[in-house]
Amino acid sequence: MANSLAEQFATLRDTRVWRSIFRSGSGGTRLHRALAVQQNVFLHLSSVKIRKRSLAFRVTWFLGTLSLGTFLILVLTGIPLMLYYHPSVPQAYADMKDLRFAVSAGVFLRNLHRWSAHAMVLLVFAHMFKVFYRGAYRPPREFNWVIGVVLLMLTLFLSYTGYLLPWDQLAFWAITVGSNLISAVPVLGTRIRFLVLGGHTVNANALLRFYVLHCVVLPLTAAIFVAIHFWRIRKDGGIYSGETKKP
Amino acid sequence: MSQEARKQGDPENDAAVSRRQAFVKLGVGSICAACAGAGVFGYEFLAPNVLYEPSPVVNAGKPDGYPAGSVTQDQQSGVYIVHGPEGIYAMSAVCTHLGCLTAWKPELGIVACPCHGSKFTRDGVKIEGPAPRPLPWLRAWVNEDGDLLIDRSEFLVQKQFVRT
Repeated sequence: MANSLAEQFATLRDTRVWRSIFRSGSGGTRLHRALAVQQNVFLHLSSVKIRKRSLAFRVTWFLGTLSLGTFLILVLTGIPLMLYYHPSVPQAYADMKDLRFAVSAGVFLRNLHRWSAHAMVLLVFAHMFKVFYRGAYRPPREFNWVIGVVLLMLTLFLSYTGYLLPWDQLAFWAITVGSNLISAVPVLGTRIRFLVLGGHTVNANALLRFYVLHCVVLPLTAAIFVAIHFWRIRKDGGIYSGETKKP
Repeated sequence: MSQEARKQGDPENDAAVSRRQAFVKLGVGSICAACAGAGVFGYEFLAPNVLYEPSPVVNAGKPDGYPAGSVTQDQQSGVYIVHGPEGIYAMSAVCTHLGCLTAWKPELGIVACPCHGSKFTRDGVKIEGPAPRPLPWLRAWVNEDGDLLIDRSEFLVQKQFVRT
């Protein structure tokens, strides 16, 4: 083999097809590296350059990245689970049992989904504590803290709506109790509960509504807010690494 | 452009600016109206008009089936049928705290909620726990066929008994 793998890759990156997709092309200059980030729809949410010290473990404990990681695992495991799960009263519980005992790798996907969900709630809370105690929520990052609170709420709603889907006794009574908590909202409480459940009791309508919220509405909303959250990190001057402004 | 220059400006142009403002107002106004309409439509759509839920009125069979001094729980409908010294009465088994189904404990002679530990007497009066209200009594009556009917949607303010 005349060329090394790196050289072959460089040749590939200079082909017309590659250049039509990734315009920055090959090359190790700072401009090329900056362009590679700037011209990628996903990467451009982040900064082109960051301070080396803000990558140190002690700065973030990587809690935000880990939260994103669990979210991606939940999306990737959730979609295959949807293929075997029918959100209907006669089938939901049996489908959950089938996923555990009859579907190949079903138990792995279901448990990965479940444990990642637990981990995500834990990591999001830990992330917020870390941000709070380091003072990283202070101006100019105060709006990103608000976005973070929205993401915490979305995480909890995702967790809550997913809890009903196995349609077992635990799920049924947990959602009964939870939806009765909604009734405590002043004036509108019972009306909101009626809209959330699509009825007066936890029933077929409630199962379907929670399914749609869990699989479509809340993940899409979360993805949009995650994008804003990351973009704001760049716009607010990068990850807070403990610098203090001179007076 | 100074105020004076604007005054001297050509009248058609002045008219165009005020027309633009009128259209902006019209546009913003119609967007607001559309949003309000979408809000009402959204609410109406999300609130179901027809519910396929079980009827609130349940048939508990012949009153003779409930011997004196007995407390019978119907798991399916979530009611207690109690035959006390003054007659038969029906009581909701749904806890007034957060809606869990309570259970009759014959060995203790009380009603207990498994979720957060509320306890009630057989009259529905709270003994202990977080429940804010006693278990409500439900309207019960005997129909022409001699069956005991219970309306779970109608809470009694005054105690009423079905005499047998």
